[in-house]
Amino acid sequence: MSVSKQTVVRGIARVYVDIIRGTPLIVQAFFIYFGLTSALNIRMEALTAGIITLTLNAGAYSAEIFRGGIQSVDKGQMEAARSLGLPYNLAMRKVVLPQAVRTMIPALVNQCIITLKDSSILSVIGMAELTQAGKLIIANNLESFKMWLIVGVMYFIIIMILSKISKNIERKLQYGKG
Amino acid sequence: MAKVEIKNLKKHFGELEVLKDINLEVQEGEVICVIGPSGSGKSTMLRCINALEEASGGTIVVDGNEITGGNGDINLFRRNIGMVFQQFNLFPHMSVRQNIAFAPVALKLMSQKEADDEAERLLKRVGMLEKADSYPRQLSGGQQQRVAIARALAMNPDVMLFDEPTSALDPEMVGEVLGVMKQLAQEGMTMIVVTHEMGFAREVSDRVIFIDGGVIVEQGKPADVFSNPQNQRTIDFLNMVL
Repeated sequence: MSVSKQTVVRGIARVYVDIIRGTPLIVQAFFIYFGLTSALNIRMEALTAGIITLTLNAGAYSAEIFRGGIQSVDKGQMEAARSLGLPYNLAMRKVVLPQAVRTMIPALVNQCIITLKDSSILSVIGMAELTQAGKLIIANNLESFKMWLIVGVMYFIIIMILSKISKNIERKLQYGKG
Repeated sequence: MAKVEIKNLKKHFGELEVLKDINLEVQEGEVICVIGPSGSGKSTMLRCINALEEASGGTIVVDGNEITGGNGDINLFRRNIGMVFQQFNLFPHMSVRQNIAFAPVALKLMSQKEADDEAERLLKRVGMLEKADSYPRQLSGGQQQRVAIARALAMNPDVMLFDEPTSALDPEMVGEVLGVMKQLAQEGMTMIVVTHEMGFAREVSDRVIFIDGGVIVEQGKPADVFSNPQNQRTIDFLNMVL
């Protein structure tokens, strides 16, 4: 949206990204779970509020990654496609985006990892994610060293798998090597 | 009727006036070389012809279609105008064959099979058939530019625009690209070539245009312009480059 020609669309995208980037995740979570629900007089599950917060958050950061990725593609690529008679959208989809995605993958996977880790912060509003689950189990068995170690290892394994997948994709997308 | 008709073309970027008042008619099969100092507006003029730059004033008509003014489908008009860029601008994520077959297939003008056959025919023409399955980054600059010419020809254009096609090349590769262009000229393609290759301009073009400061200062047969320039600015420029 930030690379759109329409200034209104671009303006909305800018404000959204600025608000999310300019405030801490925990404040956004409290705002949505406590602030928004009381202002609008609605009830919301912790899980719902948590998902909304994380989605808005990851969305804003990913938008910036997409913008950077698209802008990193040399503008000669768009011009070459347009000079052949391709409409803007087709040129964007077939020429610019495939190249942009390739440069965006490391950043997107990184964002995935950050979002996964950020989900632990949402234990403060009682969302039942990994950290919250750990807390609850420790409250029962008081084995805090063992349990936090297990929780840490679980995060670590998931993130390692993500990194490996990302490396694989990056390798596959290198065209014309060798 | 002229193939390309430029009338009172003006272009400014903000305060900067790049093209002041360009008038030019190009006949079918004519090869025009546009020369002039850097920043004189020659590339901008070329880019206005296929609307990569929007003209600030004046009209451009190619093959009876008005490019300026926003009437009609510019995407349709552009199919008829091939363009070759200084930086080649091949699509790095596609093989040589795909680069050429891509646009006709994406625009549903040919089946994949037809486009692939056409790509091979064009690659043979520019002497690049054996590299059909290579990727652009595996090619030299001269090879990339020859593929870029083939890519533009795949749309079967009536007019070809060349924007300093050899300026980004190592000297030993200039010849192979000029060779392809010369062959194209001899086959009767209408060409407008912005170039610093004075030898090519003298040998191949039907008419040389000298642009300076956003206006056409002098034009004529290459022999006349190069051997007997009339305008002082042309004389100064030629003294510098020849």
